[in-house]
Amino acid sequence: MIRDGEIAELGPPDSLPAPDGTDTLDATGKHLFPAFVDPHVHLRTPGQEYKEDIDSGTAAAAAGGYCAIVAMPNTAPTVDTASVVESLIAEASRRARVPTGFMASITPGLRGEELTEMAELRDAGAVGFTDDGKPVVSAGMLRRALQYQRLAGGIIALHEEDPALSADGVMHEGAVSARLGMAGIPSLSESTMVARDASLALYENASVHFQHLSCVESVQALAEAKARGAKVSGEASPHHLTLTDEAVRSLDSRFKMNPPLRSESDRRALIEALRSGVIDCVATDHAPHARHEKEVPFEQAPMGTIGLETAFAAIYTELVGPGELELSTLIERMTSGADLYGLHTPRIAPGEPANVCLIDTEAPWTVGENGYASKSANCSFAGMRLRGRVLLTVAGGAVAHRQPMLVAASARSGERSEARR
Amino acid sequence: MNERARHLISIDDLDRAGIERVLDRAASFAEVSGREIKKVPALRGRTIVNLFYEASTRTSSSFELAAKRLSADVVSVKSSGSSVEKGESLKDTVQTLSAYDPAAIVIRSPHAGAAKLVAGWTDAAVINAGDGKHEHPTQALLDVFTLRRRLGSLDGVRIWIVGDVSHSRVARSDILAFTRMGAHVTVCGPPTLLPREIESLGCEAAVTLDRVSEADVVYVLRMQRERMQQSFVPSLREYAAQYQINDRRLSPSQLVMHPGPVNRGIEIAGTTIDSTQALISEQVKAGVAVRMAVLYELLVGANVMAVA
Repeated sequence: MIRDGEIAELGPPDSLPAPDGTDTLDATGKHLFPAFVDPHVHLRTPGQEYKEDIDSGTAAAAAGGYCAIVAMPNTAPTVDTASVVESLIAEASRRARVPTGFMASITPGLRGEELTEMAELRDAGAVGFTDDGKPVVSAGMLRRALQYQRLAGGIIALHEEDPALSADGVMHEGAVSARLGMAGIPSLSESTMVARDASLALYENASVHFQHLSCVESVQALAEAKARGAKVSGEASPHHLTLTDEAVRSLDSRFKMNPPLRSESDRRALIEALRSGVIDCVATDHAPHARHEKEVPFEQAPMGTIGLETAFAAIYTELVGPGELELSTLIERMTSGADLYGLHTPRIAPGEPANVCLIDTEAPWTVGENGYASKSANCSFAGMRLRGRVLLTVAGGAVAHRQPMLVAASARSGERSEARR
Repeated sequence: MNERARHLISIDDLDRAGIERVLDRAASFAEVSGREIKKVPALRGRTIVNLFYEASTRTSSSFELAAKRLSADVVSVKSSGSSVEKGESLKDTVQTLSAYDPAAIVIRSPHAGAAKLVAGWTDAAVINAGDGKHEHPTQALLDVFTLRRRLGSLDGVRIWIVGDVSHSRVARSDILAFTRMGAHVTVCGPPTLLPREIESLGCEAAVTLDRVSEADVVYVLRMQRERMQQSFVPSLREYAAQYQINDRRLSPSQLVMHPGPVNRGIEIAGTTIDSTQALISEQVKAGVAVRMAVLYELLVGANVMAVA
């Protein structure tokens, strides 16, 4: 029972009396989970609202069972001043379907040349800092940011890529890139930077989060850094956990993202790291692009796949179904980004804010068959048959998403779960 | 297996029997090319669009000639001087040209996968005349045609492909086509210009010409000057010293091929180009007959290309 935006009571079926006017749902055979938190979303606002905006992006989040998301600052203009952060927070308070946090950039314009006014940005409400989309190439510049974190606070999240090694690469370097004649991005363009920056984090005792890890070498570098006591964490995306560079043989630009889909052994390492906790959380790196931008030859297409609406179903179908990942571990990793980013972690317990999602884990659906809540359709899972449908999302105590098929159980009382706005 | 292929995008669209059928057809067209009147009416009244987004001499001219010798109407669109230069997208260009109801679109693009995309946007048959560094299937077919004429068969023939394999669509299509026809392929070049895991295509890899004497055929790739600026090789001089195919490195019994255009004195010595062991002008000559055969098989032939 949810009352006044909080989880009021929990009880077995038929044990809780529903007061008059309660919106009662029949959730027999469905799962009620803590709603998910995504620390890595591109809302494309400000400046590229033709790809996504706060309305559509947060609708996509709600449709995927998310009760909170964190938006990246690589917009146009970059989120690198307090006024941009403040206007985004104000706009989100009016338009967002789920609570939305905003990261600010580490360096103005993501140019890697000087620090943003990190303390002022934090005062304005920035969750943390990232130049996501680009690496902080200079170790010296990153070191300054890590030192300054002691004043400003906020997580520093890193997109790891050595541009001298990734160069003009468009996909993973391996047998598939050899066959297709496309320039490769070697795994070590990521892992050497993870190793470098984990050392910096340890030396400066800074909190660093590694975004969208994609390869076995990065997982090893992260595990070693954790073993040495560095305050580091890592995320993996649903697409890196379930797809490999074999998908790129289709030359379909939906499979172009940065970091690229890698080999099966890399995918295996990511799954194992997610299981063991070396990788702390799942993050979608939801990256919308307009149809005309992706309808070009692979090498010309922009990097990125949308992922909010498919994250749970993709991992549930591909990893939980075959027994490679426990459902409870998946749910934990879908919410644990919150704690890393200093946000409230959703829990199902009396007195907690109502952040829950109701999922039919066995319901099959075809990705994209009914379109997307996102403005964009560049989904690497499009056309795939997945299991796991999000029926209802309650975010911050409000119903943020509700499947039309989920009917009110008006005639029945005492359902397994109940939600009231 | 015998499902009719509508397009020629990759050598992977053809199995061995399919390749042989195209080459047999090409042999009969080669005979036509020897006549005084070099034209047959097979494609009379049909339109072929050549859409070239990259400079090309032999591929574009031989496709044009092939279509004309089959009596088709030919429209050639080059990226410079066309709406492409004004920023029109590939999709919009293809849909515009498709309004003329062409029987086939021949496309050359600097980007891998362009031909495959085009096939999804038009009802015309699509022929890949080179997409980025991915494939150049008609070049591979004419290379096989040339070798088959000279050797009878490629079964067991040892072929070395020498040079900048990384940036060569010809190398990729040739590796696939040569191995499919029974040849053993070794690629050889500077380690900086051999793609990682290239062996997964079914060839061997070598970084020196030390064992090149074992080759029955040496296929020389063009060395582009721009590779120097990107530090793939220190200098053209050093490249030539290590990898140039010349009389010193070859025995007279070894055949030499090159897709053109050649850089005389860099990847291949001028005397070798002009020697009797070079098949380079035969390759050019084969280009027209093979492209006639590809057009014919896609647009006319009844039991045409088999899907591999």
